[in-house]
Amino acid sequence: MSEGTIKKFMFVNRKAPYGTVYALEALEVVLITAAFDQDVSLVFMDDGVFQLKKGQQTKGIENKNFSPTYRALDGYDIEKLYVEEEALAARGLSEEDLLVDVTVMSRAELGSLMEEQDVVLSF
Amino acid sequence: MLHIVNKSPAERNALESCLRVAQDGGAILLIEDAVYAATRGNAAEAQLRDALSRFKVYALAPDLEARGMFDRLMEGVATVDYGGFVDLVAEHRNCQSWL
Repeated sequence: MSEGTIKKFMFVNRKAPYGTVYALEALEVVLITAAFDQDVSLVFMDDGVFQLKKGQQTKGIENKNFSPTYRALDGYDIEKLYVEEEALAARGLSEEDLLVDVTVMSRAELGSLMEEQDVVLSF
Repeated sequence: MLHIVNKSPAERNALESCLRVAQDGGAILLIEDAVYAATRGNAAEAQLRDALSRFKVYALAPDLEARGMFDRLMEGVATVDYGGFVDLVAEHRNCQSWL
């Protein structure tokens, strides 16, 4: 990447939090990418939508509750958060169950957004 | 027999395999990402509801709380804490973890 070039980065989150380390690792890489002033989009699809569920209380499982970090992304100029509509429906969730403002999109719309990216990173 | 499942029903077929193999009267304990199977409105809800007539079904409360899903628990599924988890293992002659 030449200096000053801004590329479109998409992070595709498809895993539930805590059961595996993918969600937390994605968040770390997202924050690093943001430090390089890139055009960052986050997509939450399949079980990844659970990452944004309100009311996570991790004391009992002795894990770090990293869900508040999603609310801080705004401060790193990461404002493009997209959530798969079908994934919410299949999990009995709606936009009101999410802890941050997102754009809800169909799978097809997410697919075309994915096509536009320079780099797609999958977690 | 106690069957322990720890995978999300949307990502793996562990719960499905468990339900195919488990014999009536057994117990199923959902832990980690498998607790999503016991929440209202999820795609595996009907499957688990059927299972409730054949098995005693438990979900690990700390895993529901961690995921913000405790208040979404389906009716008929009992919750246990880590102590209850140990009791279930001790009460049953053997157990199978559907990893």
